Amino acid sequence: MNKEYEVIIIGGGPAGLSAGLYAARARLRSLLIEKGVVGGLVADAELVENYPGFPEGISGVELGQLMHQQATKYGLETLLAEATGLELHGEKKVVVTTKGKFTAKAVIIASGSERRKLGIPGEVEFTGKGVSYCATCDGPFFKGQPVAVVGGGNAAITEALHLVKFASRVKVIHRRNELRATRILEERALAEPKIEFLWNTTVEEIEGKDKVKRLSLRNVITGEKSTLDVAGVFVSVGLRPNTAFVKGSIPVDDAGYIATNEKMETEIPGIFAAGDVRRNSAQQSITAAGDGATAAIYAEKFVSR
Amino acid sequence: MTKPIVIDDATFDQTVLKSKTPVLVDFWAPWCQPCLMAAPVLEELAEEYAGKIIIAKLDVDQNAKTAAKYGIMSIPNLIIFKEGKPVSQIVGYKPKTELKRDLDAILA
Repeated sequence: MNKEYEVIIIGGGPAGLSAGLYAARARLRSLLIEKGVVGGLVADAELVENYPGFPEGISGVELGQLMHQQATKYGLETLLAEATGLELHGEKKVVVTTKGKFTAKAVIIASGSERRKLGIPGEVEFTGKGVSYCATCDGPFFKGQPVAVVGGGNAAITEALHLVKFASRVKVIHRRNELRATRILEERALAEPKIEFLWNTTVEEIEGKDKVKRLSLRNVITGEKSTLDVAGVFVSVGLRPNTAFVKGSIPVDDAGYIATNEKMETEIPGIFAAGDVRRNSAQQSITAAGDGATAAIYAEKFVSR
Repeated sequence: MTKPIVIDDATFDQTVLKSKTPVLVDFWAPWCQPCLMAAPVLEELAEEYAGKIIIAKLDVDQNAKTAAKYGIMSIPNLIIFKEGKPVSQIVGYKPKTELKRDLDAILA
């Protein structure tokens, strides 16, 4: 395999794949590095309803595969490996991976994000035993049983709406007193009789024996404690950027996000960031795709300057 | 080319529990997107570990008995069986490098 490229893109979600498409069509020698399989987080979505061009929606897996197919058609190379570090030697950028080192003139970081965990007692212990991070995967295991969803954003409400097909009831536990979901999702959730909301509430502990039995809850306003019997708890409390591997090479903020300007340039010339990893990203597939295209266009200008 | 084998409730004991070779069982279902993402990785592993570890796929939707026996409540769920006993379990989608680490540990 070639070890020298003009552009290396780290991450194979919508941001990386769109960057790959633009870079390949610009006839740059381009390599995309993906640690799992292409698609990224959107591949978890059963049906993507908000990516323009698909009025009936499209499965996340299919969307990712189509993007990859399109970029590959124009010459994008893909390496299945995990990027573990970034070494900057002036003009030359070295991406360290689990399959060796690769150099490029420009690097686009599109490594995306992963689901945030609650970090409370019982969460790790009961993962796979009632604690889940994927309602489309695990909903059917809770037929006729009570479940809870923790969170109040788009992902949480989508999970709750999916779970009503299986569970006896769905309690949405949210630490604020209002949702942060898109209005159309909020309307659907409020109209769904099986969904009930527990506002201003946090989960303190997940309890059980061999599997989840109940949650201990706390009202954040009154401090009052209570318990809720559930067979399953679906955690959907936002995202965490996958930027650990760049720490020390490029600046990240306290939450791990990378700051860019409107050209997706970071503070380091020739290093770009796109998609979920970028500070103030809207964290949508379509905005990530836009970021990726922008980053590739300015990476081309940087490479051929 | 060695491919993952398809097993079910009826063949589980014979194929997995009585196997002399360690068996990685992929508990999966067609509705699970990360399971579909994991499928090509398992195909590669079946090839790379041919003769050393058998990769088997069990559809939990069609084979609820075996899924319940092993308390499967989350998929993808990979359990490695050695001499009839579960010795390692991986819950959720994990990159190939991480799966290889587990398989290599079983063979060590």
